Amino acid sequence: MKKIVTRISQRFTNMFLELYRVHLFILKFFKEAFTAPFEGREVLRQCYQVGYRSLALISLTGFITGIVFTKQSRPSLAEFGATSWLPSLVGIAMLRTLAPLLTALISAGKVGSSIGAELGSMKVTEQIDAMEVSATNPFSYLVVTRVLATSITIPILTFYTAFVALLGAFVNVSTNESTSFSAFVQSFLESITFLDITASTIKAIVFGFTIGMVGCYQGFHSSKGTEGVGKAANSAVVVGMFLVFIEEVIATQITFLFRT
Amino acid sequence: MLQKSKTENSKAVITIRDVNKSFGDYHVLRGADLDLYEGENLVVLGRSGTGKSVLIKIISGLLKQDSGMVNVLGKDVANLSPKELLELRLRIGFSFQNSALYDSMTVRENLEFPLVRNRKNLGKAEIAQAVETVLDAVGLSQTINQMPSELSGGQRKRIGIARTLILRPEIMLYDEPTAGLDPITCIEINNLINEVQERFKTSSIIITHDLTCAKAVGNRIAMLLDGQFQRVGTFDEVFDTADERVTPFYDYNFIQE
Repeated sequence: MKKIVTRISQRFTNMFLELYRVHLFILKFFKEAFTAPFEGREVLRQCYQVGYRSLALISLTGFITGIVFTKQSRPSLAEFGATSWLPSLVGIAMLRTLAPLLTALISAGKVGSSIGAELGSMKVTEQIDAMEVSATNPFSYLVVTRVLATSITIPILTFYTAFVALLGAFVNVSTNESTSFSAFVQSFLESITFLDITASTIKAIVFGFTIGMVGCYQGFHSSKGTEGVGKAANSAVVVGMFLVFIEEVIATQITFLFRT
Repeated sequence: MLQKSKTENSKAVITIRDVNKSFGDYHVLRGADLDLYEGENLVVLGRSGTGKSVLIKIISGLLKQDSGMVNVLGKDVANLSPKELLELRLRIGFSFQNSALYDSMTVRENLEFPLVRNRKNLGKAEIAQAVETVLDAVGLSQTINQMPSELSGGQRKRIGIARTLILRPEIMLYDEPTAGLDPITCIEINNLINEVQERFKTSSIIITHDLTCAKAVGNRIAMLLDGQFQRVGTFDEVFDTADERVTPFYDYNFIQE
């Protein structure tokens, strides 16, 4: 019994210590982000990397989701003779939830793991120490740039996903009805509000920040050895996705408060 | 303890006094005292896990000692502000055991990196000139556009040294420079360490297990035993003993002359 109590208390202590370290890591990010020198070129390079790594997969996933979602929704709407609502339905679903969530999950898998593995490998091979002894702040150069890049790029990718999904939806709609693309887009635009766009943008920024931060934290704190690198990459994906889902629930609740 | 044979009339550029460092229950350094004099190559010997690498990481500010004083170029390392520490680091070169070259950059970018970030007044031509000079100094001009993964272990070590030299440090810290290299490459690295001392007028601490390297490059040897530098002197002074903690180093590495 005593052993179990000791083990549980040890787990709680470790959990709180980890939370404390995460808290310090986030605070350090904000401190370094607003301290000179600003690594503008590296941020741009990382933005390109984040976008480039995810673009193909996001295009494919978004397009297929658009087609499938429209195809699955059609029978239900057809029962009420409301297939003309398809553009609005797909648009709202995509913009409010699916596009930010799909983009974040794909980015957590592609970008988060890559950041975790890259920084983990740099840590294990002492490249981060090498950077530090050559009078370069590795936190500013490696962490701040990557977190800013994911926070900037993932919102852009989110709107791209929504656009590609709409194209997919249009492909499905146009094979069943004689709707022009402009009429389709018009119907979609009429159904969305400023709140939808604002909420999705803020949500995507938060998702991007989370994915970048988790990847960097796991990589920066990976233990020595190749096993540590693997763990860092894996944790970056698992923890990143888990947090994205929690944030999605919270964001939906907050958005509904504004809507009502 | 042996009397240290000080390099004639030189001042100490690194002074270490009563330094202690533990990791959990493992007490690595136990009141270590050491001086590095201007212009000398000081070799630090000791068994694995005795705190040799920890010591040079404390000197460069990567780790902090639990107690004691480490003074580098007149600065108390533990009490420097982040800005002062960055300034001090520009005067110290650190050659890592595994070279620690940036995998995602070419040799040229690896060498440019410290310059571009720390010498913002330099133009492109001056940076290119500095890169060529250090690459020439380590004899690897032909590798300038290669990636680190395309280099051999010895080449990586040399490029690692070149990257530290590009900022013209006053002190060089070498962490096991000949580890994992073949004998011929070891000799080349030993020669390079001596050339660096002569050409760039550096004072160096060389951590190694390799007594051939120690003999070839060391003006003095300091042996870390039980967390302290218990034997400091010339190579012959340090190994002129029947101490069973010391003799295996000699017996294993050498060579009966």
